[in-house]
Amino acid sequence: MPDAHSEIKGGVHKELQHDSAHKHVSGEAVYIDDLPEPKGLLHIYVAMSEKAHARITSMNLDAVKAAKGVALVVTAEDIPGHNDVSPFAGDDPLFADGLVEYVGQPVFAVAAQSIALARAAAAKAKIQYEDLPAFLTIDDALANESAIEPMQTMGQGEAQKAIDGAQHRLQGSFRIGGQDHFYLEGQIAFATPQEDGDVHVFSSTQHPSEVQHLVAHVLGRPTNAVTVEVRRMGGGFGGKETHPAMFAAMASLVAVKTGRPAKLRLDRDDDMVMTGKRHDFKYDYDVGFDNEGNILGIEITMASRCGRSTDLSPAINDRAMFHADNCYFLGDSTIRSHRCKTHTVSNTAFRGFGGPQGMLGIEYVIDDIARALGKDPAEVRLKNLYGDKGRDMTPYGMTVEDNIAGDLITLLAEQADYRARREAIRAFNETSPVLKKGIALTPVKFGISFTTTHLNQAGALVHVYADGSVHLNHGGTEMGQGLFVKVAQVVAEEFQIDIDRIKITATTTAKVPNTSATAASSGSDLNGMAALDAARKIKARLIDFAADKYGCPPDRVTFRAGRVYVENNELAFEELTRQAYLNRVSLSATGFYKTPKIHYDRSTHKGRPFYYFSYGAAVSEVTIDTLTGEYKVTRVDILHDTGRSLNPAIDRGQIEGGFIQGMGWLTTEELVFDGDGRLRTHAPSTYKIPACSDRPDVMNIELYKKGRNVEATIHRSKAVGEPPFMLANSVFLAIRDAVASVGGYQISPQMNAPATPEEVLKAVMKVQG
Amino acid sequence: MYGTVRFLLDGDLHEIVNPDPTETVLNFLRYRLARTGTKEGCAEGDCGACTVVLGEVIDEEMHYRAVNACILFLPMLDGKELITVESLTQPDGNLHPVQQAIVDTHGSQCGFCTPGFVMSLYAMHASGGDVTRDQINDTLAGNLCRCTGYGPIVEAAEKAQAQRVPVDHMALKERIEALLALKRHETLELTAKDPVSGNEKKYFAPVSVDDLGKLLEAYPDATLLSGGTDVGLWVTKMHKELSVVIYLGAIDELGQTRESDESIEIGAGVSVADAMQTLARFYPDMGELFRRFASVQIRNSGTLGGNIANGSPIGDSPPALIAADATIVLRKGTEERTVPLEEYFIDYGKQDLREGEFLARIIVPKPAPDSHFRAFKISKRFDQDISAVCGCFNITIKDGLVEAVRIAFGGMAATPKRAIATEEILVGKEWCAETVAAAMEAMAQDFAPISDMRASADYRLQVAKNLLMKAFLETSGEVETRLVGDREPAHA
Repeated sequence: MPDAHSEIKGGVHKELQHDSAHKHVSGEAVYIDDLPEPKGLLHIYVAMSEKAHARITSMNLDAVKAAKGVALVVTAEDIPGHNDVSPFAGDDPLFADGLVEYVGQPVFAVAAQSIALARAAAAKAKIQYEDLPAFLTIDDALANESAIEPMQTMGQGEAQKAIDGAQHRLQGSFRIGGQDHFYLEGQIAFATPQEDGDVHVFSSTQHPSEVQHLVAHVLGRPTNAVTVEVRRMGGGFGGKETHPAMFAAMASLVAVKTGRPAKLRLDRDDDMVMTGKRHDFKYDYDVGFDNEGNILGIEITMASRCGRSTDLSPAINDRAMFHADNCYFLGDSTIRSHRCKTHTVSNTAFRGFGGPQGMLGIEYVIDDIARALGKDPAEVRLKNLYGDKGRDMTPYGMTVEDNIAGDLITLLAEQADYRARREAIRAFNETSPVLKKGIALTPVKFGISFTTTHLNQAGALVHVYADGSVHLNHGGTEMGQGLFVKVAQVVAEEFQIDIDRIKITATTTAKVPNTSATAASSGSDLNGMAALDAARKIKARLIDFAADKYGCPPDRVTFRAGRVYVENNELAFEELTRQAYLNRVSLSATGFYKTPKIHYDRSTHKGRPFYYFSYGAAVSEVTIDTLTGEYKVTRVDILHDTGRSLNPAIDRGQIEGGFIQGMGWLTTEELVFDGDGRLRTHAPSTYKIPACSDRPDVMNIELYKKGRNVEATIHRSKAVGEPPFMLANSVFLAIRDAVASVGGYQISPQMNAPATPEEVLKAVMKVQG
Repeated sequence: MYGTVRFLLDGDLHEIVNPDPTETVLNFLRYRLARTGTKEGCAEGDCGACTVVLGEVIDEEMHYRAVNACILFLPMLDGKELITVESLTQPDGNLHPVQQAIVDTHGSQCGFCTPGFVMSLYAMHASGGDVTRDQINDTLAGNLCRCTGYGPIVEAAEKAQAQRVPVDHMALKERIEALLALKRHETLELTAKDPVSGNEKKYFAPVSVDDLGKLLEAYPDATLLSGGTDVGLWVTKMHKELSVVIYLGAIDELGQTRESDESIEIGAGVSVADAMQTLARFYPDMGELFRRFASVQIRNSGTLGGNIANGSPIGDSPPALIAADATIVLRKGTEERTVPLEEYFIDYGKQDLREGEFLARIIVPKPAPDSHFRAFKISKRFDQDISAVCGCFNITIKDGLVEAVRIAFGGMAATPKRAIATEEILVGKEWCAETVAAAMEAMAQDFAPISDMRASADYRLQVAKNLLMKAFLETSGEVETRLVGDREPAHA
């Protein structure tokens, strides 16, 4: 009999380590390229378009096919099913079919004995192109009315009238850069042929069901012919939501056609050139406000670079509009959104999914308002927060019912000593001619749910074996965010057994079907609930069995700390499960969850797209060098709400990591395309994500102690994957504050994101005149 | 003819007969030994996911250094001990303190970069001693993590450093003896067929400059390989086939540093890490510039000679060395000639290097009395980045007048280049704001930089001017001008 203890190891709200932490540090955690290579394995190299927009006038691959070690060459013509790997729009050909629309677009693939032989063979292709006019930038696309869908408009009231009637009016414009995901593990798929022309695919993907569906679509087979599996990804961040289907489909095509296993692993450069990124934006505003800085009316026009296809751009740009308000009541508002089609790689999901761009925009506007009135931007932010009736309606018609932004800002301002530091910074800047400091406090309100309502569903599969050990599976994927341990905590809590009795297993379409992507911060909200549902079903059967066996009402059966109490009897969990098995009780169940309350009408952009909001706030302090434009983030204070956190340690990791990633987006991470549409920053030598020393020396991160989700989410926790990313808006605005000091805070600096040293020096010189 | 590469791994002697000389250690580990803990993140030595540690015996002591396995060729392991993440876990399953600390502090999320961090921290741990936050930042500058934001890893580093692992002196002595037994006294020669083209490839690792001279006479077109931090990328990024490679790392003489009353002589094969330690004693700002030279892994592999000889316009050492009036010694056979460093760089991709000649050593004069040396590196990111502009100033001020001045820039022209017109304005003048303002204007005569992914031409020129102002402010008053720096050099 095991020791009786009062509490299980690893229930909810506990600071558990990531379930794979030990394997991470020992190098034993298996990623797809670490799997043993089977005999006959083929390696696939993808040949890419060298043109941004061109017709392929001729393509001769004879020499490629004849090259040493080559087993197969595949082109658009060799696809038995559909030449499309798009999530829904039908406009993402697996291989270019006569037309190329970005530099890096897959044209054909070579499968050979080694990747070196495949690459060498691909170089022997003879392809002739006829150039077509290429639109590379947002401005090119706007000028030529090139779009992936019509302009969308959201809002309420009469914005122009409200602006005209306001005491003050400001107009402005700035640009926000894109961002590469830079997951450390690049895109990879490993396909093994099965009987009957079926295929099993290991795919580094956040969306196994979509990969399954699209592989089947390409092969011209039903979905049940394809199994997709992923144990873990080496990072995803949104970059492995739609794109992995492309590589899984190529690997599957080769596997099915050759009868040999096939692996496709992109190297860093090919990955960065071939796969989509965060959308870059152009942001224009026209705002009316009163003497106190209250926004009375605003017109916002956003335009984003979607790249060559639709991908998820409609929903991403919708989310930019949903977050154009951030925490603020905008009065009468009109929000317009252009979705530009360009001849560049198709941009895609990335942590925040358009939210960061929309949110940075309004923060920029509020800074401008504050400077125009000579006020502290933090005060203007507080004034404009959503409030009681009359000030609680978003531009998309959803009432804000869970607003805690004011409390967060007030608490954080105190904790971080914001006001005194702001004064001290102003004093420092008076006497420091070269180095200037800046500070900013910004809040975050991020809507939680997929705005495409039907995606808000999840499934799980739980087996309890006779010995009381548990097998846990659900549709969510693990990319480092700690989803698996959180869901395991939920199941451990429900069964009241130690978490180490729960086997966490790889996500596979064979166990849980028709799942949504692990995206939109929804992983633990959805899968935690689905797993809870499955666990509860099994638990109910165990309770019924025990009540029946001991002849007591079911409510006299309780599970606590590895033991089951049945009136005056007590037995170990595994004793009950063994007895249940012997008495022919089913100990396996599927679980399901769909998010309640949400609805949305995209044709009017009205409804309740979000179940609830996640909130946070950050203060950043920076020092800039006005001779070079270099800067250093010196201190950051964060207060973030994760509700009743399922795992505070994991959540803090998401907050810190999200913040630093957001900081990278707004500072050093610059995507540079040349005039021919070639990406010039396609490896870490040229594309600079934050390094260790970029982390501020002082970084205080606190969870909101009062946090509790007003909605009945899994143990009243809140989603945490994306919201902290936008806390980094404070870094950009702190840099802007430092730049403004050069002009005695009289001029609101024109500054684009990312604020590279070059951009900062440019802004400084503009303020200097 | 066959040759054998011999190295130690987990106490075992590995003998690899005639491997493909440009196969990387990373691929060897992952695909031949199935030791997949070491990862590929970028294949260019920039992300650190492939970090392994090399043990070498120097002066009868074991030295451990973190390097990037992705751009290290397999034969370069000859005579060394290789330590990978798999080596660290004890047979009983217990973790090394750096591994355990990362678990305890929640320092891994997706885990893909983690083995690389473990190895960088292991090397730091093996070197022992207390470390500051800045030293940890430097140690980890070559390891990118996209998930954690680094905080928990830094915390783990601090935690682990406080825990010492008792040294097994017997085992250490055995390993030292085993490595000493592997030391070669004759050239290692390898012959293999290229796995793609089938062409014959050769690799030589001579042990003396005389042997090197002879090899260069026989193979004047050979690729000279030193640390491999540039040549490695020719293979992993440009997919070039290198038919004859001559490795310089086994020649002790090229790895020596000598000091005289007037100057420091640094062998071309001295690692950037070691050169940094030496030069920082005389030119603190050169130390700071070198601290920001790539990463610990790259500085451990890369050599000062390689940074010069490859002729890059954006190498970090040439502007500093030109400003310091360094000369280089070029050798052919037994003949040597000395060239001012600035004259070595003729044009983009063109250097004053004759057939059969190689760079033997670099001679750096010690600072003149009353001289001020300032080095500034401007890049998008402070650590592990390539310069957009690197400006170095060596100004001798006597009685308020500029007695002598040497200014050199990287990133401003097709070669590292002196700002002659600017210097002319300054020399003999009063070291004051007016003189500096006039000199800043002259910068446009010296340079017409290009725009590229690192910076625009306008920014480069403006910053070059402003850096002169910064050098002036730093040498004439108390104005605070530095965001980073004034640090102790990083752990090797």
